[in-house]
Order: sequence, then structure tokens, then C-alpha cells
Amino acid sequence: MTNPSIQQDAINNSIAGDIVIRTENVSIFYGSFQAVRNVFLDIPKHKVVAFIGPSGCGKSTLLRCYNRLNDLIPGARVEGKITYQGVDLYDPKVDPVEVRRRIGMVFQRPNPFPKSIYDNIAFGARINGYKGDMDELVERSLRGAALWDEVKDKLKESGLSLSGGQQQRLCIARTIAIEPEVILMDEPCSALDPISTLRIEDLMHDLKQRFTIVIVTHNMQQASRVADYTAFFNAEAGDSGSRFGYLVEYDRTESIFNAPKQQATQDYVSGRFG
Amino acid sequence: MSSPNQSSRPQNDNPYDIATGEFDKGVTSGRKLFGKVMTGLVMLCVAIALLPLASILFMLLKNGLSRLLQDFPSVFTELPPPPLVDGGGFRNAIMGTLLTCLIGALISVPVGVLTAIYTVEFGQGNKLSQFVRFCTNVLSGVPSIIAGLFAYGVVVVLMGTFSAIAGGVALSVLMAPIIIRTAEEGLKSIPREVRQGLVGIGATNFQGVTNVILPAALPFIATGVTLALARAAGETAPLLFTALFNQFDARSLREPIATLSVLIYNYAIAPYKNQNELAWAAALIVVLLILTVSILARSLTSRKVY
Repeated sequence: MTNPSIQQDAINNSIAGDIVIRTENVSIFYGSFQAVRNVFLDIPKHKVVAFIGPSGCGKSTLLRCYNRLNDLIPGARVEGKITYQGVDLYDPKVDPVEVRRRIGMVFQRPNPFPKSIYDNIAFGARINGYKGDMDELVERSLRGAALWDEVKDKLKESGLSLSGGQQQRLCIARTIAIEPEVILMDEPCSALDPISTLRIEDLMHDLKQRFTIVIVTHNMQQASRVADYTAFFNAEAGDSGSRFGYLVEYDRTESIFNAPKQQATQDYVSGRFG
Repeated sequence: MSSPNQSSRPQNDNPYDIATGEFDKGVTSGRKLFGKVMTGLVMLCVAIALLPLASILFMLLKNGLSRLLQDFPSVFTELPPPPLVDGGGFRNAIMGTLLTCLIGALISVPVGVLTAIYTVEFGQGNKLSQFVRFCTNVLSGVPSIIAGLFAYGVVVVLMGTFSAIAGGVALSVLMAPIIIRTAEEGLKSIPREVRQGLVGIGATNFQGVTNVILPAALPFIATGVTLALARAAGETAPLLFTALFNQFDARSLREPIATLSVLIYNYAIAPYKNQNELAWAAALIVVLLILTVSILARSLTSRKVY
């Protein structure tokens, strides 16, 4: 089982600088089923934080709480406190649409809108009240997502005509066009080939200059390549027999992979488990 | 990885016959025969199902085409003649069919599309949207003459006259469930990922529906509208005591108006040869109209994004 005080010590020791998102004793429920139990986890500014762990350990569920995407699932409920820049995200006065404009998300499967490449980016910016030079924003966003050179001559073509890797970078461009503070990525490379994956990983290194990134991944090499901090989640059978996820260890990525403090982490990262 | 059992396995159970180069004939020939018999049976059923359509087309072409070609432009431009007078056409009925269908579409398209948007995008399976869906199913099963009765009771009685408006209202009752269903299907065909993407960039439900989901579902909606129009163009019962009939052109939407289907009904049972011929020609026109619209609907569906 987790021990919150040990986690807190580890975080306090390892995480310096501004904290963008604080996760304090968060438990997530679907109806009466507890999916995630008692997570303490702070996301530092302009860093890449990776969530790793076996399937069903609640890492995606937690990620989706950061932009209140779980609101869309009937019966989903969050206990504890998640604060973004000191503001409680689940305060009744907070508008979830506003949250999602500041905390963008890139999904597991590329999901461009059935519009032109240009409009895929311009749409998000427009509904978020962008009034500036749209052509310039589209170019800047596509450059930011390392896609400009490939699509600059076909901005009028459908976003669906691109390859999977290009579509995912288009989704990243669409997200950075709304200039969020944080970008959540839910296994963004799981549907892509290794070359596209590498390109997106390279991109993350550039993006963290301007954005805070939280990425869920099943690929431990990916976590070790891109993340500054890594959180290892595990799943365990609770009293009632149903499985719930919890945070095992959260530390600098080197520590998680080279000198984990918990045996479960050691077992997972060395491939003896999961 | 070799197990001791493997070596003791008999060598001759390979179904491939090296001598003849064929797979085991004993087993497959029976299956092949069965497969052929069943294929034949299915083809026979297809032929039986297509027989009525083919015979209807044949009868219509045989009886209607000659009149249509013989009086080519005048059938479309002249009014029906009085009994025992030759020639004439049914321009009033063509106009009436187009008008009543147009009025029906003007009512049922907004209502149908907005209903579908509510049940799929905003209601999302709540009690009200389930209830609406149930009502839609009931409505689509309502006999068309009941729709006519409804329009009679609501429009004809209130306006005090049979009219194109009453006919249009009756048709809209029949068109709405078709439009609701196809629009719902179209909206549901938009992948969940796209909806999540919309939420992810901070789009409100309204922004997402108007900018992305509705445009993507448009081919489906257009298909639904054309199918509904095809259905409405052929309906007779709901028009019998709403639009009624008119030997002449209707001068306004507030007076009885002729339609092709009611013209067919009236003239097919009339004791005059000329009127019977006109009914056949009108029937051919209606079928061709429905055929064209259905082909249009198919080509619209093929333009779908998802």
C-alpha cells in the first residue's frame, strides 16, 4: 500500500520550482467503484512528467481529471483537491470549458476535425477568442508541431488526408494554437509507428520550453527519453476485491529508472512485472 | 520445444493429397454441393423479391410511356381536360406535388434535425431523449391516413378550407420521423474521438455541434431529407382530405390543390380512357421522381466523411 507521507517526502526532495498543478489526496470514483486512491502528486512548471504503470492503474483516469474530461462520464466523481495555479479545479464556480482552454489535451488516437488543415488549427483559436493574424498563428502552430514543412502547400486539404503521425502532430498544433499552460497527452504515440513516435518525442523537448507537459505512456523507454519526472502507478485489489490504482512512487526520471525506492517500481521498470 | 508426442503422430492425416494435388475430396465435395444449393436458393429469393419492382416498372413503361412521349411537352404544361375531351396534361398536379412536398420539408427538416441534435448531442440518453426516440418510432409506424386525419383536424378545420398548407402539414408528420432517424444516425457516426477533441480544445457543446459535428453529419441529413421527400411525393392517403384535388391551378396556398398521387387515384378509377392514360403517365412520373431522388440520396451518402 501507499504511504502518503513517504510520497510527500519524495516529492519535496525532488521537485523544485513552480508547481502548476497540485494533486492532494485525490481519489476518483466511477459510481461506487474506486478507480484511483489517495494520490498526492505535484506537476512542476515547464517540465515533462510521465505517468507509467500497468493497464487499469488509473493513470489515464487521473490525467483526465486535470482538464475535467471525466465530467463527461456519468457517475464519475473526484474526491480530494486538484488545484491549478492555486485554484481548485473542482470548485463549483469553475467553468470546465475554461479549464480545458488552459489545460489542453492530445488524445491516444489522432482525432483531427473533418476540416481543412488550416481550419483544424484556426477553429480552436477562433472559439477561444483569438483576434490576431490567423495565417501567422496557423504557421507558428504548425512549425511548433514540426509539421509546417510537410503541409505548407496543402493547408486547404482535409486534416483526415494526412498520415497517422502527421494527424497526431496536427492535433498537437491545434492544442498549442490555443496557447494552454499545460498540455496533457494520453498515450499520444500508441497508434503511431516508431519514426513518428521519435518525431513527437523530439517535439516534446521543444514544447517544454513553453508548456508544462503531462504524458501517460505504456512505453517505459519513452518515459525515460522524454520525462523529467516519472510517476509510477500500480493497481491492487482492495477490500471488496475490485482493483484500484494508486501512486507508488514519483521522482526524477533517473531515480525511478536507476534507483527506485519501492520494490514494485524496481520490478516494473526492470520488466519483472506487468 | 519438441515433445515426445509429436514423433508418434501418424504421418498420413495430412489432408493434402500429394498424388492428385488436391485437398481431401471426401470432405469438401459435400460441403461444396451444399454451398452451391444454398447460393442458388438465395439467388432465387433475390429474384422473387425483385419481381414486383420489375413488373411495376414494366407495366408503367408499357402503359405510361407512350402517352408521355406522344404529348411530350403538353403533358407537363396543360391542365387536365374535361371528360370525353382528348389531350391535356397535369401541370397543376406536378406543381401541387412539388408545393406540398416543399411545405412538408419546410416544417419537418428544422423540427427533425433539431430533434436529432437534441437527442444525440444534448440529451445523450436521458429520460427525455429516450421518450422522444420512442415517440419517433411510434410516429414512423402511424398509418399515413392518420397523419392526414390529424392535418384535417388541425389545419383544414381551423382554416375552413382544404389547402396545400394542410397537405404539407400532413406530409411533414410522415417526413419528420425519417429525418430524425437518419439525422440521428449521421450524428452518431461522428467518432467519439472527435467529440473528445472538441472538448479538449475548450469548445462548448454548441460550438462543437455547429462548427464540426453538424457539417460532418450533413451528408446523412441530406440523405434523410431526400428519402423523406421521396416518401412524401408518393403519398396519397394523407392528401385525400387535406389538399383534396383541383381541376385547375390553385391560385393560392389556401385553396384545394391537385397532386400527382391524388390525380392518379381519381383518374385511375374514372370511366374515361383519356383520364386513365393520364393516370398511367402520372404514375410513371411519380416513380421516376422517386427513383431520381433515391439515386440523389445514395450519391449524397457516399460523400460522408466517416
